[in-house]
Amino acid sequence: MTEEIQVQIKEKDPNLLKQDHDFVVPGDKVISSIEYIPGRNCFRDGDSIYSKRLGIVNIENHVISVVPLAGIYTPQMGDMIIGEIEDIHTAGWFINIDTPFSAFLSLSGVRGFIRSGTDLSKIYNVDDLIYAKVVSCTKQGISLSMQDTRARKLFGGKLLNISPVKVPRLIGRQGSMISMIKSMTGCNVIVGQNGVVWIHGEKDTLVTEVINKIDREAHIEGLTDRVEKFLQDNLPKGFVPKEQKEESDSTELSEGKNESDEHEAD
Amino acid sequence: MRVMNMKQTKKDEKRSDDMKRIDGRKPDEIRPIFMQAGILKRAKGSAIVKLGRTTAIAGVYGPKKLHSKHQQDSNKAVLKVTYNMVPFSTDERVRPGPSRRSTEISMVLREALEAAVILEEFPKAVIEVQIDILQAEASTRVAALNAASMALADAGIPMRDLVSSCTAGKIDDEYILDVAGKEEDVTLCDLPVAYMPREKKVTLLQMDGDLPVKDVKNVIQLAIKGCETLYQKQKEALKERWIGSVQGLADLNGTKSEVKG
Repeated sequence: MTEEIQVQIKEKDPNLLKQDHDFVVPGDKVISSIEYIPGRNCFRDGDSIYSKRLGIVNIENHVISVVPLAGIYTPQMGDMIIGEIEDIHTAGWFINIDTPFSAFLSLSGVRGFIRSGTDLSKIYNVDDLIYAKVVSCTKQGISLSMQDTRARKLFGGKLLNISPVKVPRLIGRQGSMISMIKSMTGCNVIVGQNGVVWIHGEKDTLVTEVINKIDREAHIEGLTDRVEKFLQDNLPKGFVPKEQKEESDSTELSEGKNESDEHEAD
Repeated sequence: MRVMNMKQTKKDEKRSDDMKRIDGRKPDEIRPIFMQAGILKRAKGSAIVKLGRTTAIAGVYGPKKLHSKHQQDSNKAVLKVTYNMVPFSTDERVRPGPSRRSTEISMVLREALEAAVILEEFPKAVIEVQIDILQAEASTRVAALNAASMALADAGIPMRDLVSSCTAGKIDDEYILDVAGKEEDVTLCDLPVAYMPREKKVTLLQMDGDLPVKDVKNVIQLAIKGCETLYQKQKEALKERWIGSVQGLADLNGTKSEVKG
């Protein structure tokens, strides 16, 4: 805690026109100094750094970035996202990920060996859902990969779209919010960074309601408490969620592997 | 600034300081301004702007994939702006649908906004801006542009700057800001200006009527002064809409107050 405070004091610079966590609109000047570097959603013009999007300022180690409050998902390397297979090509799959960019999953991005002449629709068919990792994003488009322990195909379940900027709110700090929802309802929930949420379980209607509530009320204080109360009120008395297999650390990130093993057996 | 000096010296010689316009405003006074962002729930971003009784409402959709391939631009997004006057906006009913006038205004508004929006970030995509004039009492394109620029920012679209816009004109010997209502009929000219306050660039400049060459610069400068006033209002309105979420995000990062859980 004391360390954090010291860092905060160090970051205070008299040149800063906007402090950490200040609200900015496009074109707002954050600082007029060449000692800082523009990060995400910022740009430099002459000596000054300006915000590109509506959001709040984040200053870290002389890098100025803006956390957006609205807008579509901007892909970033390493993000885990949920997509739907749109089309099958000879070299891979085109995937709809709810952005204006088209995503592509190439054959080299798939786990395991694919013999030449294999029918690709046997692996992933049109309308299948996948939870995949972004490996590169260029002007041409986004490349996805399944070569990650968390990546897998999603079977059954329900899909829900929320605003991509609310995703951190739904996950909570160190996955606190999402793990609470999962442990209380016994549902399996996977959150893609692109704002697509996959829900699988008995109480999926309740989980949908809860997630919509979070999407609507993300900015009002005491969200975690309200969500907990809402769940307690709406769950039938004495409801005991079914034990999920090897629910280890209970963040949405850690369970992909267990689940995929389970489904491959089907 | 020169505008002010000239006006004051002239005024001091000729008439008393409280010379008023038809609606009781001072020469360099804008009509009552009302701005609100995020009024439409279904659009990605939206805003309403009222300048006196002139009311413009704008909604933004996208960026999303542009499906007709021949319209796509592989280097940047396409901005589509539609300006529309609703049938009950004027004294005489406006025929619904695109007209020669609305098509032209749509084009100039698009060009004024294109300068500010960073379209290069979304190749092959489209951003749609729909602007409706609910009530028209002069300077509709100016209100439309202010609303559109706020709606784009509200939708979280990357921009170099906000676009603010204001009209100025001249009646008799007086330069006037924000030409309105009946004034439009008696002014020598009516000159809408769109301005990017940070970059100090003019993105739209039109003129109705005639104006002596010596006055043009002064009128433009007066309009830019109006733009800067409106720019502050736009920023305030956007802040007001998002301030709750700012608090929420600060909470999440745990610096302003502790979050349980």
